[in-house]
Amino acid sequence: MADISANFLGIRSPNPFWLASAPPTDKQVNVLRAFEAGWGGVVWKTLGSQVKNVSSRYSAVDYNGRRVMGFNNIELISDRPLEINLKEIKECVRLFPDRAMIVSLMADNDRNSWHELIKKVEDTGAHGLELNFGCPHGMTERGMGAAVGQDPDIARKVVEWVMEAATIPVITKLTPNVHSVVPTGRAAVEAGTHALSLINTIQSVTGVDLDTFVPNPNVGGKSTFGGYCGPAVKPIALKMLTTIGQDRVTSTVPVSGIGGIETWKDAVEFMLLGATTLQVCTAAMKYGFRIIEDMCDGLNNWMNEKGFQTIDEFIGRSLSTLTNWEELDMNFHIVAHINQDKCIHCGLCYIGCEDGSHQAINLSYGNPYNTYSVKEDECVGCNLCQLVCPVDNCITMTEQRKGDEYLNWKEFQRRGLPLNDH
Amino acid sequence: MAIRNNRLTAEEYKEQFSDIRPPFDTNDAALVEANRCLYCYDAPCTKSCPTGIDVPKFIKQITTENLRGAAYTVLVSNIMGGGCAKVCPVEKLCEGACVYNLMEEEAISIARLQRFATERAIQEQWPLFTRKPSTGKKVAIIGAGPSGLSCAHALSREGVDVTIYEKESKGGGLMTYGIAAYKVTPQFCQEEVDYITSIGGIDIIYNQELGKNVSLETLQNSYDAVYLAFGVGLARQLEIPGEQLYGVVDAISFIYDIRTKGYPAIPVGDRVVVIGMGMTAIDAATQAKRLGAKEVTLVYRRTQQEMPCTEAELDIAKLDGCKIVWLAAPKEITGEDGKAAQLVCNVVKLDAGGMPVATGEIITFAVDMVIKAAGQMPFEELVYGHQLDNNKGKVIIDSNSTTSIKGVFAGGDCVNGGKEVVDAVQAGKDSAKAILQYLF
Repeated sequence: MADISANFLGIRSPNPFWLASAPPTDKQVNVLRAFEAGWGGVVWKTLGSQVKNVSSRYSAVDYNGRRVMGFNNIELISDRPLEINLKEIKECVRLFPDRAMIVSLMADNDRNSWHELIKKVEDTGAHGLELNFGCPHGMTERGMGAAVGQDPDIARKVVEWVMEAATIPVITKLTPNVHSVVPTGRAAVEAGTHALSLINTIQSVTGVDLDTFVPNPNVGGKSTFGGYCGPAVKPIALKMLTTIGQDRVTSTVPVSGIGGIETWKDAVEFMLLGATTLQVCTAAMKYGFRIIEDMCDGLNNWMNEKGFQTIDEFIGRSLSTLTNWEELDMNFHIVAHINQDKCIHCGLCYIGCEDGSHQAINLSYGNPYNTYSVKEDECVGCNLCQLVCPVDNCITMTEQRKGDEYLNWKEFQRRGLPLNDH
Repeated sequence: MAIRNNRLTAEEYKEQFSDIRPPFDTNDAALVEANRCLYCYDAPCTKSCPTGIDVPKFIKQITTENLRGAAYTVLVSNIMGGGCAKVCPVEKLCEGACVYNLMEEEAISIARLQRFATERAIQEQWPLFTRKPSTGKKVAIIGAGPSGLSCAHALSREGVDVTIYEKESKGGGLMTYGIAAYKVTPQFCQEEVDYITSIGGIDIIYNQELGKNVSLETLQNSYDAVYLAFGVGLARQLEIPGEQLYGVVDAISFIYDIRTKGYPAIPVGDRVVVIGMGMTAIDAATQAKRLGAKEVTLVYRRTQQEMPCTEAELDIAKLDGCKIVWLAAPKEITGEDGKAAQLVCNVVKLDAGGMPVATGEIITFAVDMVIKAAGQMPFEELVYGHQLDNNKGKVIIDSNSTTSIKGVFAGGDCVNGGKEVVDAVQAGKDSAKAILQYLF
């Protein structure tokens, strides 16, 4: 039995799965149910000066009949009175002392406001603070949220204010609405943040209603840019996470990963690229807190299968395998192979390769079933056919090296080796 | 034992003859199914459709909520695509070829999706097709069945003025008169005919039978071309003693009566034997059962391997409680007081060539009704009378749908001896193409 517990800056949780700062963590009744369901911790919905929300608030991107591939919101930080939030946080900490209680903060943009807010929150017994430098809507116009995270100098200043007052661990949450998350991440680390979390939501327009001509979500005939999240953003989050894990400065602090995590598999991928804890929101909003059961179970089974005792044994393990393109081995070559016993003759590999790739699949006419085979000499090993094939392991990519030695692009050029001739 | 009608209550009739393959209950249900489609390239389903409907395309159009496009994609290949969605033996056509079968997964419900794609277009008479300005060319068509209607639509689109001579009082041919009522309702058949003619340029004159009310010679003189699509006739004679007895009926007439006279009016026996195992045999057997026959038995002189109907059709018969007797060849019908009382069959086995040979054993069924459904007879008299080259009454055509008489074309059941609706629709399309070439 593997140990899936996490220790993040001394904040312990029975599993690495936390609920991200969002509607599922905005009140006691929700958080207690989440803890009962088994969640390792929560990041309480962002506190600051009380705000007022609009209706409607969410929109989604569906794909081929599956709902909520991507999710978008225009909600602001907590719209409940601060005192009620603080009282409820205290109660949750008292009732579930073994779970991580992090409180997300977004104070008004001055030193005193931050100090006062931190003091009040620390009095609840919360275990850590998360600075919301990422919210892309509503708060930015007020000089808060992403407006802070997008400017490393402002971020540095705010983190400095926070560090003057904070006596519990501080996590700085980064916005993805930047060219690179590294500059703000570095500024936060240099200003003393204990950890980073990423990504916050991505500014988006999820779609336009083709009858009303108004983008969604529709608020009385108008819409506004929202924050995009859910499964669709995971690849972007993983890329940004990697840049943090590979940077000299930002890699010195632990990271809490966020962005489209829905299953234990997503979580493991985040961990392999450097995340110690995982924050989940959209999946819980879609399916409820019960998803935690398989997340813990699946992680545990995977760790047992791989022989990992603790999560520290594999956190960041894949970081070194992401390299610059120039470092890739030009002699590595694979070609597709179609298993005729498994092939169902759908032709998707053929048409993908023919119209979209390298014309390397042969069609032999049959009625009603054509036979498809790979022209090995033409196959560039791009993976497209394998990716579109609906049958597991029908198309496999087999290695056919061009040469024994490792040969990267720089060396390839230096030697004046020949380019393609057609 | 007796043959009598009016066996059920109105409610029971309604229940017995309700739609056997109901449509999707909701849009969402259709979308879930449509989204399962892999969108195959050079798709086996399309290749297995006699009319070549671009199945992946119309299913994709359902998923993008382009219902108008989906309806057009179906109907442009098969103008009776709405009806075919209800009556096609899809298990041996499109759905039978679906690649999911090779994954041991349930095939896409192409027929139901096709119904979904076309239902509103037909009900609401969407003007998906426009007719080119009249060219002044005139074509006469004999028969407003699937082949005649399909040909008429294709010709009208190209600006040809079409007159159809139909011997019945309604269009649709076998769709209207020869298929089980639980598959297509008379109302649907009417809507489908109306939809086809809504393009304009198609005039159907009812109650006009070739050789009786109208002559081929007159048509040849009055029109630029003639298309023969008069289908096939009654069920093949058994050529056994006792065939003239009261209670021995023809499946085509039996189904025709069900479709034209209303369920309560149709007499049916207590113990019915249906001879044959094609789609018509199944339609006759199941409907006899649904009309209230106590016992219905299908008798076939070969085995399940050779049966012309699909497994799905056989299942309908079994679920309706029909009994199946394989390897029994009718030998004689004996009677009492002029009424059929017993069907005597030779028990047969198949020889090396697949032909049934008597084993010497006999099997006897107590009956009060025998329905003959062992294939249909061509309209031999009509064909011979017009000196059309033919093969035992089936009109012979060349690769351009042309008969031995210049300017006279033919297609559908009168040529092939009786196939599916979808085959007749394709024959109509092919013939229209040939006629257009001939005219212009």
